[in-house]
Amino acid sequence: MSEHLLELKNIGKRFGGLVALDAVSLSIKPGEIHCLAGENGSGKSTIIKIMAGVYQPTDGEILIDGKPVSGMTPAQSVQHGIQVIYQDFSLFGNLTVAENLALNTLLLEGKRTVNWRRVRELAEKALARLGVTMDLDADVETLPTSGKQIVAIARAVMADARLIIMDEPTTALTRHEVDALFRIVRDIQAQGIAVLFVSHKMREMLEISERLTVLRNGKKAAEGPISDFDEPAITRAMTGHDLTDQVYRWQPTKGDTLPRLDVRNLSIAGSLDDINLTLHAGEIVGLSGLIGSGRTELALALFGMHPKFTGTVKIDGTSVHPKTVQEAIASGLAYVPEDRLTEGLFLTQSIERNMLATSLDNFVRGLFIDRKKTAKATTAMFGAMQIAAPGPYTPVNHLSGGNQQRVVLARWLLTGARVLILNGPTVGVDVGSKAQIHRKIRDLATQDGLAVLMISDDVPELVQNCNRVIIMHRGRFVDEVGPDALDEDTLNDRLKALK
Amino acid sequence: MTLFRRSEFIIACILFAAMIIIGLINPAFWSLDNLFGLLRSNVIIGIMALGVLVVMISGGIDVSFTAFAAAAMYLTIKLMIYMGYEGVFLPFVAATLIGLFLGAFNAFFIHTFRMIPLIVTLGTGSVVRGLLLGLVGTSVINIDKMPQQLIAFAKTDLVSLTSATGTNFGLTAMILIYLGLALVTHLFLRYTMAGRSIFALGGAPEAASRVGFNTRRTLFFVYCFAGALAGFAGLLHGSMIWLANPRDFAGLELDVIAAVVLGGASIFGGRGSVTGTLLGVFMLVMVKNSLIIMKVDTTWQRVVVGLIIIVATALTAWRDRKKLV
Repeated sequence: MSEHLLELKNIGKRFGGLVALDAVSLSIKPGEIHCLAGENGSGKSTIIKIMAGVYQPTDGEILIDGKPVSGMTPAQSVQHGIQVIYQDFSLFGNLTVAENLALNTLLLEGKRTVNWRRVRELAEKALARLGVTMDLDADVETLPTSGKQIVAIARAVMADARLIIMDEPTTALTRHEVDALFRIVRDIQAQGIAVLFVSHKMREMLEISERLTVLRNGKKAAEGPISDFDEPAITRAMTGHDLTDQVYRWQPTKGDTLPRLDVRNLSIAGSLDDINLTLHAGEIVGLSGLIGSGRTELALALFGMHPKFTGTVKIDGTSVHPKTVQEAIASGLAYVPEDRLTEGLFLTQSIERNMLATSLDNFVRGLFIDRKKTAKATTAMFGAMQIAAPGPYTPVNHLSGGNQQRVVLARWLLTGARVLILNGPTVGVDVGSKAQIHRKIRDLATQDGLAVLMISDDVPELVQNCNRVIIMHRGRFVDEVGPDALDEDTLNDRLKALK
Repeated sequence: MTLFRRSEFIIACILFAAMIIIGLINPAFWSLDNLFGLLRSNVIIGIMALGVLVVMISGGIDVSFTAFAAAAMYLTIKLMIYMGYEGVFLPFVAATLIGLFLGAFNAFFIHTFRMIPLIVTLGTGSVVRGLLLGLVGTSVINIDKMPQQLIAFAKTDLVSLTSATGTNFGLTAMILIYLGLALVTHLFLRYTMAGRSIFALGGAPEAASRVGFNTRRTLFFVYCFAGALAGFAGLLHGSMIWLANPRDFAGLELDVIAAVVLGGASIFGGRGSVTGTLLGVFMLVMVKNSLIIMKVDTTWQRVVVGLIIIVATALTAWRDRKKLV
């Protein structure tokens, strides 16, 4: 038996003329928790697909248990005990938890018929190995993301996995769910299964991993036991330069200025209870809390999507009660949703069209769109946002997550918004882009005088950008951390106090 | 899932309520004569619906099966007359195979060119109908020429009764064929890996191939199954009404799809059951039958069928969306 379960030696992968991986070596020991870090486009996905047998490397060799393996297919990869949990989990939403868990085993055994009692037994066994209980008869699509993830992990463990590769496992999880996930991961580690986390979240890597490999531009940038690293070191390895995490704190202007946004006694039966909120120009206020705390409902209410709220909303002193999204936009509100891919962008359309989507009314001459005016506005915005693309005519689905987010921000700037509500502004965005987006948001606040409400689970993000953070729970504002007390430990403690 | 939350239970309740209401408006509804007639009308639509159900669970749709049914019926009967063949079993095998073969075309186009099933089956349906009328014939084969064996077979009754007015009526034995096929389809969908692969394909096609289902085989199976059932139902229909009209079944695809959707199958794929479909078919046939009894014009029946499709689809879509929240 070799010391390493899986060893990649000087792996190279070219697609046509493009070098995706260049002499990358990576080794994973049995039962270790290893983290593979890197920004988008660093070659993480390529290396996962090579380990899964989906791609064949152009150069280098793969050793499993010390023996060279060549021309590995996905089926062989599975036989060697390698299981990949992709971000979409590859589960069947229309089937029950039990069936999702048992299908693989039944297929592997080449069964032609289904014995439902055995399906249940297999599923119970799989969940027992993770030490979790779950309703076996629930359809998987009714489960929260964390539940789906548990099913995906249990399924991988069941397939006699020796190495489980998880692609960005914490992206859609709240802090509590991340903790639960880590408990499960340590549990399966105790059963001798190695776990490879593929992630760009440094905090979580430091928390769970034993060893770390960092990729940058298809090359290995760093490697070693986790104790050799701290956050700035990982960031440097990932991006190639230091990122300053300057903290932004808004300074109230002297005198009694009119607030940008003034919300009084806002309530929605069953979801929001007596919300009072004041935002000033230039202020970035954080809003956090568990999923389901009502924070998204609040954003949607302000944005005209829950018109049946009671209470008053004033923007620059003018009372508004948005009943539709159009009314909200007209009164100076902008909302960037959590899932920019499904809710915010027209993926196959150009950057230009996406930017203009909500502000076309401002660019109309008679019945027609004033092309000159739109071209001027979008070109200026394209430059100002520093979007990395050949030009404003590039379709949005060709952009990385960070650049897509900038397109969404640009769109709202073109509407002339005065209050900007961001929901998870950097979810799924890598560190380099994240810093740029934060800078952009601060510029919007300081230079354009926007008031920003930032809904986020990302504690460092909140601490760096917000001047105060409000914590929501069960539809109420339950806590607020002011500018003097705001640091990561305090905020973490306050968030953990919610149950 | 508890009994009360199951779609089938809700459909059964609605069906029962509808029966009571129809019975109140028209007491003749509960007569055995009428009920036997209703069940008889279930057979053809029902057999076709089983095929459409399987296609819909896989995430597809089929509108070509009525053309296939007409082709299988007309070709088989023409051939029987031409050859002077007298028998029942082989003609049904032939009609089934014709439907299966035509269904394979659907699967071929959908799989090879990744085409949208609706467009493919609209196309193949139109081509098959056109070829049938253009190459094989347009004349209706009526009772004088129909193979007598087929008619005799389809006349078989389970129960024969004489009404008070002296007319004879009975419950057709063909209902057993329908229920038998339904049972086989149910067992297949529920207890075989091939059946589960249809649900997997309809739920998440990408994941289905990742876990190792042969999705190509599943796709071919599904459309061949629908074609085969349509072919079989086509010949059975000809035998039951004693004539073979190559223009038959036009527009029936909408009724069948309405029945399947009414039975709780999701047009997005991944959901549906044989029990639901049986109930859906019965409900649709009953509503149409009541409209006839109430002397509602056939054009208005189309309106009702259209509304049933829209309402049932809206309800299932609403149900499926609610689950996602």
